[in-house]
Amino acid sequence: MTVAIDRATGKRRGEPGQRPGRLDRLKHAYQKYWYAYAMIAPVVVVLGGLVLYPLVRGLYLTLTDANSLNSARTIGVNHIDATYKFIGFDNYADILWGDTAYDRFWSHFIWTIVWTALCVALHYCIGLGLALLLNQKLRGRTFYRLILVLPWAVPTFVTVFGWRFMLADGGIINTMLDAVHLPSPLWLEDTFWQRFAAIMVNTWCGVPFMMVSLLGGLQSIDSTLYEAADMDGANAWQRFRYVTLPGLRSVSSTVVLLGIIWTFNQFAVIFLLFGNTAPDAQILVTWAYYLGFGQQPRDFAQSAAYGMLLLAILVVFTSFYRRWLNRDEQQLAI
Amino acid sequence: MSATTVQKPTPSKPADGAAAPRPRGRRGLAATLASHGLLTVASLVALFPIAWLLYLSLGPDKDDYLHPGGIWDKMTFDNYSFVLQHTNFFDWMKSSLIVSLGTTVIGVMVAATTGYAVSRMRFPGYRKFMWVLLVTQMFPIAVLIVPMYQILSDLQLIDNYLGLILVYCSTAVPYCAWLLKGYFDTIPFEIDEAGRVDGLTPFGTFARLILPLAKPGLAVAAFYSFITAFGEVAFASTFMLSDMKYTFAVGLQSFVSEHDAQRNLMAATAVLVAIPVSAFFYLVQKNLVTGLTAGGTKG
Repeated sequence: MTVAIDRATGKRRGEPGQRPGRLDRLKHAYQKYWYAYAMIAPVVVVLGGLVLYPLVRGLYLTLTDANSLNSARTIGVNHIDATYKFIGFDNYADILWGDTAYDRFWSHFIWTIVWTALCVALHYCIGLGLALLLNQKLRGRTFYRLILVLPWAVPTFVTVFGWRFMLADGGIINTMLDAVHLPSPLWLEDTFWQRFAAIMVNTWCGVPFMMVSLLGGLQSIDSTLYEAADMDGANAWQRFRYVTLPGLRSVSSTVVLLGIIWTFNQFAVIFLLFGNTAPDAQILVTWAYYLGFGQQPRDFAQSAAYGMLLLAILVVFTSFYRRWLNRDEQQLAI
Repeated sequence: MSATTVQKPTPSKPADGAAAPRPRGRRGLAATLASHGLLTVASLVALFPIAWLLYLSLGPDKDDYLHPGGIWDKMTFDNYSFVLQHTNFFDWMKSSLIVSLGTTVIGVMVAATTGYAVSRMRFPGYRKFMWVLLVTQMFPIAVLIVPMYQILSDLQLIDNYLGLILVYCSTAVPYCAWLLKGYFDTIPFEIDEAGRVDGLTPFGTFARLILPLAKPGLAVAAFYSFITAFGEVAFASTFMLSDMKYTFAVGLQSFVSEHDAQRNLMAATAVLVAIPVSAFFYLVQKNLVTGLTAGGTKG
């Protein structure tokens, strides 16, 4: 179908007959595709200016020793020119295997992986569980659904502050834990509990999206499949394992990929929950931000280098994920 | 539903308890109660942090969050009137709306034709282009924030609405293009063919036939760009310097500084922000979910 349209697109009235020859072929291609190129032109221009140019400039910055003291800046009426210089790949080498590379990069790297894996696993499992519950004939399920979507409906920067009040020392959570004589950890100060709290808050924020998407997936599974499974005497677990899960595969692969990307890039939760007070609970994104903007002097070059490394990790991961899905002859959703 | 058919043909039922297999969709009382129980617990967990914020916003004192019991006796709307009268609330609202609406309008307008082109046409470089669109959406903020900061400084666009809008467009545009492609894919191609037969150019087909049909898709893309721009924290915190130009995401942070924490005012502002946004969210929520996942399921 697409192909038919394509041809139609290319055929303009009074198109001259195609003859071989490079110039003619170019002309022909131009005539055939100029509509398409004209239509994507706005996005190409915007992305070129807003993404490609900053990306190239950022790449150059990573090869210099730029920080806020030697970059071009204007103080009052005086303009000071940039004095940073080219230092090659020193930034990357320093980040990956410099003196304190473990503390500065690898510890954050490991924590980022743990954070992403745990959060997405929790999002998916809880989301699937709730979707299954909501997919039954149940009185008041619309009502439940409306409430369960709430963490997604309210902007994250609002809800995170709500959590901060609750988790603060002397806040409601510790008061309640005290009341039942459980230990009340310092959620916002102790590294382990900071990480625990970050995962908890992010899980709370991310479950509704998974739940709603998976509920949509569940509802699109053909009900005759369940009837057939019933006929064959499948029990509840077998129905879930052999009908529900395969039926959800396409939705699952999409939402898991989206979840991984979003969680890996999650900035607001950790930044707003801890500010600059928790160096050990920072994932790579927030750590890169801290290097570039949270400290004095601002280390632009290192921060940009972290950004490039992050992008590389994501691109590599996504390509593998797509390839892995395509191996199973599965169309990846996005 | 399947009740009648199920009864007869299952002789080889394992003898693990139940006499006749229970038809699907009808559970025992225990299962129903368990479902209700789990859903109630989940709902409470979902609701509590927000309800708590609402409750704290009624306490007049900034340390009331430590003694929540005391709020019952002195509940007041003072925080709300203070926020509305004596803080920059309306300035922040203005900034948030300018930036989010600007991003939305530019994002959707720029992306619309592209979404159509990648939905209907195959051209040399198509796969590469799609890959670029996909990758730009997943840029971590750390990649662009430093060079953007320098570029915007050069252009004198730091602390400027236009600067922030441009930065947001770098993610909103590719995202809208993807989302719109997904929606255009659901519009039958026969409509294009009919338009073509009637002598419309591809631009004419797009503008006169497809665009009016794609309004729901455009709305979803617009809404999603709006929400994303509205809730963005990192760029807004870095690029907006004067407190008149803060967006809500930045303004809310400014209540808690190193010296003072006006938590009661912060809670009140948070509630004031959350109510319209979440109301809006509920209105379009159903379309949003379909848009987000359907955009992709077609490969």
